[in-house]
Amino acid sequence: MYQLESVSQTYVRRGNTVHALDNCSLTIPENDFVAIVGPSGSGKTTLLSVLGGMLSPTSGNVELDGVSLYGLSLEERASLRNRRIGFVFQTFNLVPWLTARENVQIPMMLSKVPAKEQQERALELLERVGLADRTDHRPAELSQGQQQRVALARTLANNPEIILADEPTGNLDPETRKQAMNFLREFHEDGRTIVMVTHDKETASYAQRSIQLVNGVPQELAHRNAA
Amino acid sequence: MKLRHLILKEVWQRPTPMLTSLIAVTLGVMALVAIQNITIYSEDRINSDMESLGANVLVMPPEVTLQDYYAADLHGRTMPEEYVTRLALAQLPGVQNLAPKLCVETTVNSREVTLTGILPKNEFQKKSAWQGLGMLTNAVGSDRGCCATPATLDADNSPESLAHTRTIQELGERELILGSDVAAQLNAKVGKKLTLFDEKFNVIAVLPATGTIDDSRMFAHLHSVQDLSGAGPVVNVIEIMACCDDAAGDLISDLSAELPETRVITIAQVVETQVAVNGLMSRLSWVFFAILLLVAAASIASVMYANVTERRKEIGTLMALGATRGFVTSLFLGKALLLGIMGGIGGFIAGTILAIVLGPSLLGIQVSPIPQLFLIGILSATAVALAASYLPARRAAGLDPCLVFNDA
Repeated sequence: MYQLESVSQTYVRRGNTVHALDNCSLTIPENDFVAIVGPSGSGKTTLLSVLGGMLSPTSGNVELDGVSLYGLSLEERASLRNRRIGFVFQTFNLVPWLTARENVQIPMMLSKVPAKEQQERALELLERVGLADRTDHRPAELSQGQQQRVALARTLANNPEIILADEPTGNLDPETRKQAMNFLREFHEDGRTIVMVTHDKETASYAQRSIQLVNGVPQELAHRNAA
Repeated sequence: MKLRHLILKEVWQRPTPMLTSLIAVTLGVMALVAIQNITIYSEDRINSDMESLGANVLVMPPEVTLQDYYAADLHGRTMPEEYVTRLALAQLPGVQNLAPKLCVETTVNSREVTLTGILPKNEFQKKSAWQGLGMLTNAVGSDRGCCATPATLDADNSPESLAHTRTIQELGERELILGSDVAAQLNAKVGKKLTLFDEKFNVIAVLPATGTIDDSRMFAHLHSVQDLSGAGPVVNVIEIMACCDDAAGDLISDLSAELPETRVITIAQVVETQVAVNGLMSRLSWVFFAILLLVAAASIASVMYANVTERRKEIGTLMALGATRGFVTSLFLGKALLLGIMGGIGGFIAGTILAIVLGPSLLGIQVSPIPQLFLIGILSATAVALAASYLPARRAAGLDPCLVFNDA
């Protein structure tokens, strides 16, 4: 699925050059569930941005199913994200003035799915994450755990093959954290490829494998299964 | 859900930031609509006043000086009637009607009266038929489209129309129209026969009182007066009804060039002043409009920039979910379009109401909505809103979608 070859990403901040990714080579096969771990500033989010087609690396090549991701135009990458990649964010990133159902409809709206089909699919997904009775609530009227479940439902809106998750449990209490991770595990069992950035070892343990980034260099960690 | 749903929902849920801009746009359009509306109806009123005055340009023999507008034909000097034909054939822009007159003194029932010869409009039509010309079959000059409002001279063909338009459609050779005072003095009514120059004339109309010298006159066909008085084919004056703008502009020089042997007099001061006031109001309305729309543009740009900054994370999320730059641009320009349309409609309604309220009280004119101002208002407001939002929209579309991530 993903093939990264000698990918480097450097930033210049206050006159200093920072190597967020340093000659990083990585393969993520189809239906993998990989956790990217590492301390703050180790390049985890940069790697996620590169995988999402949102940050062109300074050097190196990123391929998705044999196609160079950054050989595509901006519009083509936006379309690819919309069709094939779902995102989960730490702060959920729901649009505050839209209802739960409308938030789930956004990716379908962007891919011009007919309105009726959008609504039916959104209700079906909200039901799947246990929020069938909260479809017309706005984010402010939902708990943190419920908001993350709306975000998870939104992730599945266009039935993506890949889910990129950025600290998906960072804002959740232990109980809702477990609930969110069980959903991600379910999505993986559906056949999706999941790349998850996390600080939390317990969250990382839900993945099939973990990769630690140290100064922008990936290192495979010994696998430890989730409870 | 579609793009427009997203725009409407955001505006509906968070209307406050847009209110200032909306008010500014509305005020700009309102100022334009109100002032233009009053100006246009004021011009109509002036035209109507001119029409009721009957004529606003006089062509007279060169040695005559104008002492009294309503007595301009009582000086005893004459000029050839042929001048009327020359003027009619010249088809000068702005000339709406020609009314040649010849005044003679005569006696009726031992009373001295002034008999005024007038040329009915059907005489112009006869002339055009003789000469194979079609140009005079309509009201003279009115087919040239020179006036802001079309002349309504043909609306009333009754003899009484002479009282307010100073022209008449038809008048027989032995027919007579009496002013109100002379009719009372002679105890004459419609249908009565009166003897003038030893000829019997049939009274076909008695004019309503106008408060002018016309009340003490008798009117007969110009050619009858010429024949019976022995004056020959001459007239004392040619009254011209002209459009205000033209009367204040090139028409006088055009008339002088056409008839250099005559003296052309206009009530130019009145016309010029009224036209100038209208022109000033009209120009001022555009100045107010421009200033207020500039304020609105600044307000819109400022609010839009703030909106982009405030919604960075939301925009980044949309881009991460697959929104293109075009979609994000449309999101903001769509909002601007909505603002322009709402401001345009609101401004038109408020401006029209203001004009309807102020028109009668300030200028004594009745005002109605003008659809063209609706179009101008809405198009200008929309164009300004879109132009002011263009850069903020481009900035939004250029945001880095990576900012959606936690530590970005």
